[in-house]
Amino acid sequence: MIAGMDRSAAAAPERISAPRLFLGFLKIGLSGFGGVMPFARRMLVEKQRWLSELEFLDVLSLSQFLPGPNIVNVSIIVGRRFSGVAGAAAACAGLLLMPLAIVLALATVYAQFSQVEAVRGACSGVSASASGLIAATALKLARPLKGSAWQVAVCVAAFVGIALLRVPLLWMLAALCPVSIALAWWKRA
Amino acid sequence: MIPPLLFEIGLQFFVLSLLSIGGANAVLPEIQRRVVETQHWMSDADFAQLFALSQAAPGPNVLIVSLVGWKIAGVLGGVVAMLAMSGPSSVLTYAVAHAWERWRDAPWRLAIQVALAPVTVGLILASGYVLTRAADHTWSTYAITGVTLLLSLTTRLHPLWMLGVAAGLGMLGIV
Repeated sequence: MIAGMDRSAAAAPERISAPRLFLGFLKIGLSGFGGVMPFARRMLVEKQRWLSELEFLDVLSLSQFLPGPNIVNVSIIVGRRFSGVAGAAAACAGLLLMPLAIVLALATVYAQFSQVEAVRGACSGVSASASGLIAATALKLARPLKGSAWQVAVCVAAFVGIALLRVPLLWMLAALCPVSIALAWWKRA
Repeated sequence: MIPPLLFEIGLQFFVLSLLSIGGANAVLPEIQRRVVETQHWMSDADFAQLFALSQAAPGPNVLIVSLVGWKIAGVLGGVVAMLAMSGPSSVLTYAVAHAWERWRDAPWRLAIQVALAPVTVGLILASGYVLTRAADHTWSTYAITGVTLLLSLTTRLHPLWMLGVAAGLGMLGIV
């Protein structure tokens, strides 16, 4: 298929050392606020050229398909491809170490000032705004579903179950995923 | 000996790691349900504040998990939560990555992918709802949520601007 052709055409390196993977993902981890996936694409495809555009999409679709934080899964797949276990560990550590240290330091400082009126106010403003950002992300992702009635129904069912009825996620997934997969199979082109 | 609280945090996020289809944003309602409603480790307002803090630091959106762990059991709690949230799913991803290449064009794989997309979107929508419920209590906070939502859908304005203006309004005591 297209992805196969693309792979032979790409000038991607065969192997990338664990330290280089660590540094590459370190930059990705620090490049954005509230999510770094767009920066991961820019870094991996455009700057470092470790992956072609199609390879990146392939990695992305697997990372979204499997459970776990998507960008962490990307680091594991890319690290594994270029340097096995050491590469996966290095890429994942590079991605998470600095942001983890920074956010925990920030939290520790925040705890000292959380009673200050201005800090509390700023925090309320940011959490209100961030809730709107998440809702917007979801609505943007929902746009491609519009044409398909069963996909809209599954989406609404997931929302109602989790947000309004507060059904535990495990039950929700156990009930909804088989139905959705059966519908997708039945409706497939 | 692992302190019981750290063990409990680890266990919760170990399970969440394997349930988090659609990534960290999709699993926020379940995190909130577990830590606020079931375990009573923090209030809804605490959860909303941690979410705000996670937006104020650079990094992947899964960082919220380390802040939840931090709130419950300090820095060590944060590290344990992050390891437990990323570990199991990473091992699974590592194990499956190779076989994926073979299944690339299998019809069942494509069907599952099409099936999971609306589930994920519904879960992230639920995140928006649950966070709004946790964060907004006054007409001005609802207004900020609404304006942010509208601006993100209709303009290409960078999210940091919206968060920055919202922080400024809050600091001035307008929120």
